[in-house]
Amino acid sequence: MILDGKCPKGPIQTSWDRHRFDLKLVNPANKRKYKVLVVGTGLAGGAAAASLGELGYNVEAFCYQDSARRAHSIAAQGGINAAKNYPNDGDSIYRLFYDTIKGGDFRAREADVWRLAQVSNNIIDQCVAQGVPFARDYAGYLDNRSFGGAQVSRTFYARGQTGQQLLLGAYSALSRQVKAGTVKLFARTEMLDLVVVDGEAKGITVRDLITGEIRTHVGDAVVLATGGYVNVFYLSTNAMGCSVTANWRAHKKGAFFANPCYTQIHPTCIPQSGDHQSKLTLMSESLRNDGRCWAPKKKGDNRHPNDIPEEERDYYLERKYPSFGNLAPRDIASRAAKEQCDDGRGVGPGGRGVNLDFSAAIKRVGEHTIRERYGNLFEMYEKITDENAYKQPMRMYPAPHYSMGGLWVDYNCESNVPGLFVLGEANFSVHGANRLGASALMQGLADGYFVIPYTIANYLAKTKPGAVSADHAECKKSVEDVKAYNNRLLNINGKKTVSEFHRELGKIMWENVGMARSEESLKDAIKRIPVLREEFWNNVKVTGKGEELNQQLENAGRVADFLEFGELMAKDALHRNESCGGHFRVEHQMPDGEAKRDDENYCYVGAWEFKGVDKEPELHKEPLTFENVHLAVRSYK
Amino acid sequence: MNLTLHVWRQSGPKAPGKLEQYEAKNVSPDQSFLEMLDEVNEHLIKEGKDPIAFDHDCREGICGMCSQVINGVPHGGQERTTVCQLHMRRFNDGDTIYIEPWRALAFPIQKDLIVDRSNLEKIMQAGGYTSCHTGGVADGNAILVPKVAADYAMDAAECIGCGACVAACPNGSAMLYTSAKVAQLAALPQGQAEAAERVCAMTEAMQEAGFGNCSNHYECQAACPKGINVKFIAKLNREYQKALFK
Repeated sequence: MILDGKCPKGPIQTSWDRHRFDLKLVNPANKRKYKVLVVGTGLAGGAAAASLGELGYNVEAFCYQDSARRAHSIAAQGGINAAKNYPNDGDSIYRLFYDTIKGGDFRAREADVWRLAQVSNNIIDQCVAQGVPFARDYAGYLDNRSFGGAQVSRTFYARGQTGQQLLLGAYSALSRQVKAGTVKLFARTEMLDLVVVDGEAKGITVRDLITGEIRTHVGDAVVLATGGYVNVFYLSTNAMGCSVTANWRAHKKGAFFANPCYTQIHPTCIPQSGDHQSKLTLMSESLRNDGRCWAPKKKGDNRHPNDIPEEERDYYLERKYPSFGNLAPRDIASRAAKEQCDDGRGVGPGGRGVNLDFSAAIKRVGEHTIRERYGNLFEMYEKITDENAYKQPMRMYPAPHYSMGGLWVDYNCESNVPGLFVLGEANFSVHGANRLGASALMQGLADGYFVIPYTIANYLAKTKPGAVSADHAECKKSVEDVKAYNNRLLNINGKKTVSEFHRELGKIMWENVGMARSEESLKDAIKRIPVLREEFWNNVKVTGKGEELNQQLENAGRVADFLEFGELMAKDALHRNESCGGHFRVEHQMPDGEAKRDDENYCYVGAWEFKGVDKEPELHKEPLTFENVHLAVRSYK
Repeated sequence: MNLTLHVWRQSGPKAPGKLEQYEAKNVSPDQSFLEMLDEVNEHLIKEGKDPIAFDHDCREGICGMCSQVINGVPHGGQERTTVCQLHMRRFNDGDTIYIEPWRALAFPIQKDLIVDRSNLEKIMQAGGYTSCHTGGVADGNAILVPKVAADYAMDAAECIGCGACVAACPNGSAMLYTSAKVAQLAALPQGQAEAAERVCAMTEAMQEAGFGNCSNHYECQAACPKGINVKFIAKLNREYQKALFK
């Protein structure tokens, strides 16, 4: 099937404005008759639930954490992009649009990216009005910093906790709606199934994580803002609870999964210290404003970094990409770090690390200024590694961080299942094959505050409110299915724990479907994942009961989904016989090791249809056309 | 290193609880505290026993989910550190460690180390926001916020809502938590219009939810993993007094 993204035609500069006019509206008095279910309360979900509630819709919002304020958007450190051009350095909506298309290695939709760039400015205004304490100068004006993949300073920030402050802004707006009675919040509640009635999304089945109760919530539309899936690698920078479960269960009910192989491996994370490790910690890309990446020139040089003289250091990013230097985009910086380590010039335990050195910046602007800019990051680094980065370089290594792929959506953020909308990291739409720094926060809030409030009305206006009630046969079936699935997990009573399976899957994924992928490695993964999955369903041990607080059962369900999803990810990576952005196939590279795209054959979105576990998924394509940005080889030299 | 743990086990909100003893063997100093507990749990599962339930999520000290009292101190006593960021190199071979949940009237225990913190939500819902609408707001630079005010607001806004302040307080007070939001918004021009209503509504919600009052022990500041300063409680009191005269 050829998919249609339903993007507006005509000049891109006016596309969103024209489209908004063409969208149907729901009369103010009728809005309260419609119920919208919003799953996830991060930037996208929190902003969506608050904005839809404020418009007058009857909203129910769900999160698995004990508070809506804890979604993993909170961990974003560096900043949020906007095309304000406050520094007068040549920024514009067009430039942000261009940088994002190019940064994504020409695998995103132009119209969606244009809209993102256009509303970016509204986001900053909105957050300021909420009381988000963005960094300011002494005169009181908003301050900016630079981020990777751009030559202008367009990133707004709140110390090293921008995600936290933006999420608390959205959370405050959500809290206001809870008080107003327009939003009902269900914390510690996990979505385990999508209810589809006559082909349209009309509800979700959830598990109350305290009591274990399984029940269905019906609504007139469902909004998934359930984040990304890089915990498929086991070790990632995601929170422990982040999973593909909500998306995967929706996928199994018909929603197409687009570009699952596009995953972002972030260049600056604290290297792994041992096998006991449960997660990896990211250090903000903003550090590359002042930190210089280097590896020793000599192989196996195990001198203390401070003892290695200047001329024996290879500032490899500055050498390879003189115009962007240390601010090269993430995919490029990650591969460059891996190259140094593969070449035997890595630092730290196991040689899997490179230096990120602040000594030059400290000499230039003083330790006080560096502390003011990144104090909390240096503190976090010291807690984990016991090393003082003011005195010696940080050690960094790439780690799974973000998923550009996600459920397929059209320009309205609506999936192929009518009534199912997908926002933020959970959808695939704007980042193409690589996301630029400070763009995730922008997308989450754009979708939540400024896209879904308009586009959902277009769907609701065509539907009768309250058409499906909780005693509908599909709801009952969904509850029974979820109960049966959980009981199956509880009754295996095997010998291996859920984490053991997760670690094994993570190892397969990281080695075969990680930063460098080959036909051979991918075929190996596709062979091994189903074997592991089979073993899981015969030998996993899940203690306790379903009708109680049971964290083992929660994890078992999530890992079971990763064991199915991982295979799709590998298949997508195998089918995409080119390199682009974060998807690097070793067979397809330029003589200098850069990613080699194949626009003739792969300039499309690959969206997969679920056909059953152990059955071949079917590929649908949405061709990508570039009318405003010339398709070109990406260069940051 | 090898450690002896005494962990609070309680099967449900109404059930009686008690400390159970476990051994943690071959603990690496580079492990985080929660990774050490993960391993203890792996052993319990293999023995067919119920693993220790505890809250955690981001494991990088920002989500505010983790909540354990270690040797009598919320988050374990390392300055500005959440449990998830506490590393085993802070302990010694042979140590005995006591692990308990947050204990406060307003935080009922759900299971083992997991408590119900929804009372904190009620305080925020009472007024922890500016009532701006989505869209239709002024340009970000139309509202000037001098750096000093922005920094003050940010110092307060760093609160992660974990509730350690409540757990540390002999009165089970949520004054530090409440004051952080009140002070953040009171310091900014955007928060002025509703300042008086906000402080009254949030204080009232705090009292209704069963949190105690502040009697200046400052245990909250000592336990706070983000170092939120008690000066914000003073600010809360000033804002409250100002509001009474409106």
